Amino acid sequence: MSTSLLDYFRGRQKKGTAAVAKERLQILVAHERAARNRPSYLRQMQEELLQVVRKYVHVDDDAITVALEQEGNQEILELNIILPDQQE
Amino acid sequence: MAKIIVITSGKGGVGKTTTAAAIGMGLALRGNRTVVIDFDVGLRNLDLIMGCERRVVYDFINVINGEAKLKQALIRDKRCEDLYILPASQTKEKEALTKEGVGTVIQELSEHFDYILCDSPAGIEHGAYMAMYYADDAVVVTNPEVSSVRDSDRMLGILASKSRRAENEQDPVREYLLLTRYNPQRVQNGEMLSVNDVQEILALDLLGVIPESEAVLNASNSGTPVILNQQSEAGQAYMDIVARYLGEEVPHRFLEVNKKGLLNRLFGG
Ligand SMILES: Nc1ncnc2c1ncn2[C@@H]1O[C@H](COP(=O)(O)OP(=O)(O)O)[C@@H](O)[C@H]1O
Ligand SMILES: [Mg+2]
Repeated sequence: MSTSLLDYFRGRQKKGTAAVAKERLQILVAHERAARNRPSYLRQMQEELLQVVRKYVHVDDDAITVALEQEGNQEILELNIILPDQQE
Repeated sequence: MAKIIVITSGKGGVGKTTTAAAIGMGLALRGNRTVVIDFDVGLRNLDLIMGCERRVVYDFINVINGEAKLKQALIRDKRCEDLYILPASQTKEKEALTKEGVGTVIQELSEHFDYILCDSPAGIEHGAYMAMYYADDAVVVTNPEVSSVRDSDRMLGILASKSRRAENEQDPVREYLLLTRYNPQRVQNGEMLSVNDVQEILALDLLGVIPESEAVLNASNSGTPVILNQQSEAGQAYMDIVARYLGEEVPHRFLEVNKKGLLNRLFGG
């Protein structure tokens, strides 16, 4: 089998490890920046929201999630409360 | 008023001290009164890289503690009269660097100098925090390698939220990317992040690229900042960086594989 020059140029075209590094870093950096920019009051707010909800219905600790997302210029605060099954 | 520049990175061993010595010398060679402060308490190295290790009598922490006058601790460079260094302590605890103490020293220095360079220790703890706190500008030294890029980004987060400028709600610290130990051949082979890749990930202004160069080890062996070796690519690239920092438009060099390199490669040179 003759290899060498042809394979050398072919080999150049395949995706190198640098492309993998870039992809991993882009995901990681975006993730870590989002975590950094998350306002510190978010946890506290989640806690207090849970207390308010509990005045009316009984929900579990993990029944409420608060997420802050960036969509273009808008920041969206997403609040999810899973209410218990209605059985009365 | 002096301009305060931190040379920082998060990750260790990426070329901060090499860079602080080179840029400090470069600024001074152009007639700017420049002082480089070593913040690496316990692991001082700047004195070695600058070749003045045998002239250290007092250090930064002696000054902070009032055991010596600033004048007694500053070492004037033998090659360039506008360049001084303030060495770190080899023995003291890092905690001796208090925010107040550092602030007082920087305040006094800024009455006499045009540029104050702060050579940061590695990490994101106390020493690195003290080095960046008073900065106006930050040179973020990065290698084209995943952990270095990630740590640089963490440092950017700290500059944006914990610096004096951030705390006082002033204009943010100006941040510049300095990519070093760059190997164009490996970039061409797809084995190393390119300068565009790193810039895209970090979204920073590019101050310059320093190639991987044997001249750097030779420079540190002899205690001569590599910028004084204008035969070397690294020395020339640092000189370009100083010019760019001072606002001149200088094209980026040494980003591509030179022809000789390629021929060598094809014919097993
Ligand atoms: N452009 C370069 N080419 C080759 N070696 C380099 C280059 N820049 C730095 N080095 C080497 O990397 C090592 C760490 O450099 P140093 O400046 O001490 O880093 P830091 O201060 O970030 O810990 C040293 O051995 C130095 O000689
Ligand atoms: Mg160092």
